[in-house]
Amino acid sequence: MLLQQLSLFLENKTGRLAEVTRVLSEKHINIAAFSIADTADFGILRMIVDQTDVALAALKQQGFAVHTTDVVGFVIPNQPGNLYQALQHLDSIAIEIEYLYAFAHNGDAAAVIKTNDNKLTATTLKEFGYHLLEAGEQLD
Amino acid sequence: MIWNEHAECMEREQLIKLQNERLQAMVSRLYYNVPFYRKKFQEQGIEANDIRSVDQLKYLPLTIKQDLRDNYPFGLFAVPQSEIVRLHASSGTTGKPTVGGYTRRDLETWSEVVARSLYAAGVDHNDVVHVSYGYGLFTGGLGLHQGAQKIGATVIPASGGNTKKQLQIMHDFGSTVLACTPSYALYLAETMKEIGMDPSELKLRRGIFGAEPWTEEMRKEIEQKLHLKALDIYGLTEIIGPGVAMECEHQNGLHVFEDHFLPEILDPQTLQPVPYGEVGELVFTTITKEGMPLLRYRTRDLTSMTIEKCTCGRTMARLHKFMGRTDDMLIIRGVNVFPSQVESVLLEMSETEPHYLLIVDRVNNLDILEILVEVNESFFSDEVRQLEALTHKIKANIESTLGISAKIKLVEPKTIERSEGKAKRVIDKRPH
Ligand SMILES: [Zn+2]
Repeated sequence: MLLQQLSLFLENKTGRLAEVTRVLSEKHINIAAFSIADTADFGILRMIVDQTDVALAALKQQGFAVHTTDVVGFVIPNQPGNLYQALQHLDSIAIEIEYLYAFAHNGDAAAVIKTNDNKLTATTLKEFGYHLLEAGEQLD
Repeated sequence: MIWNEHAECMEREQLIKLQNERLQAMVSRLYYNVPFYRKKFQEQGIEANDIRSVDQLKYLPLTIKQDLRDNYPFGLFAVPQSEIVRLHASSGTTGKPTVGGYTRRDLETWSEVVARSLYAAGVDHNDVVHVSYGYGLFTGGLGLHQGAQKIGATVIPASGGNTKKQLQIMHDFGSTVLACTPSYALYLAETMKEIGMDPSELKLRRGIFGAEPWTEEMRKEIEQKLHLKALDIYGLTEIIGPGVAMECEHQNGLHVFEDHFLPEILDPQTLQPVPYGEVGELVFTTITKEGMPLLRYRTRDLTSMTIEKCTCGRTMARLHKFMGRTDDMLIIRGVNVFPSQVESVLLEMSETEPHYLLIVDRVNNLDILEILVEVNESFFSDEVRQLEALTHKIKANIESTLGISAKIKLVEPKTIERSEGKAKRVIDKRPH
């Protein structure tokens, strides 16, 4: 039910992001979604890729501080107000969102979300009829 | 285990008698054989026979590193070069190296004190001693080598570098004792993790670590990561090399081999002796050295000393854990700061690695301290606020220990330069 996200610590130094993408491209890994949260000194790169284990090993080997994090991925039908609705369902049962980012998915949008209770988030979204993204699912 | 019980457990009264005789003979050797010292004695009106007891040490001139540079390379030797059988040198970070010249008897003394050191660590002829100190002009490699050979241990002269190969050798040859710098020990542990080697695959049981100051926390970390008991050895090329002082298995201070090296602790400002237990600069007089005897040599190392008898039975004075060097001491906004303090803070926290770099700069006439800290791979979080909370926690801990504020910057693992010898901990960009 949950997706595995790669979370990576990046110093704000030129070339570090390019280095990550180089490592992944050499292993023929496809990045389905990513976002960067940054502060003045460092950034956290969050990514959903098609072969998480291979990517994790390759990045570790290159000395990156990287690990996997459980997140929820779900499809948002391409109509106005759909994300709002989904978030309201979560809000109504007092789920707190740590972060969220979206990406295009087969003509619709998809969102990656991390909350204080990922399992409950996934069940809730499922009950309201959202399609949850599973690991290994065609993510592009 | 005690290698030389007669010397190491001597009653203090008897020891002082021996020291008096040896000091007297040394002063006379210096007076007649080393023009540098004769000139100093004459300036102070001291005659060759005036000094009869260690109580008179305080009247004798001090020797500093600059004196060694001024007399580079052989100006302080007390014997003709034909009697010198070995030369060592320590690489100065600036200027000329510091030279040590040894007669045959000096080499014997050196092996003797290293043999005592190894026995103090519980190492004997059944052990396989893996020496990863550098061999060459540096005293670490050959110093440990000779002592280990003297006690009849099996010596592996691995020297520094080629870390994966070293682990392989340790594994295949069944090394039981590791001798290297503490930072290299941590580097070995890191490499083991990298190649998936578990410490239980090795037979290591003792570590003889020295050549740079290290903290109690670092000891704990090394012991836990390498599954061995880590002991501190002290020495410097000018005095003889490693083996000037050594911790026993009680890990309760470093025993100084006082029948060869007279220790004093002086207030670094007034240069007067401080009472036992108080911190000051460590000063040595080499009462048995023939090649290059030094009188009251200022080591720049800060520590304190006790002459209370140790549980191990040795009566020799003990030095407490080193606080750093007077040279390493940074004065930031008027506060004395030692890199070792930062290290203890980081080691107390599980979230960080003890790899750090202090960058000191001056902006608008104000000293600025920035500390780069490597994040621990396993702790690193995907949430910004957790990393910010970690930064604040480090900052608060640093401030309460150092007494000054610092900017903390988290950096990626393994980006701070590792050294196989001494670790570089400070970049001081302030104009001098
Ligand atoms: Zn002891």
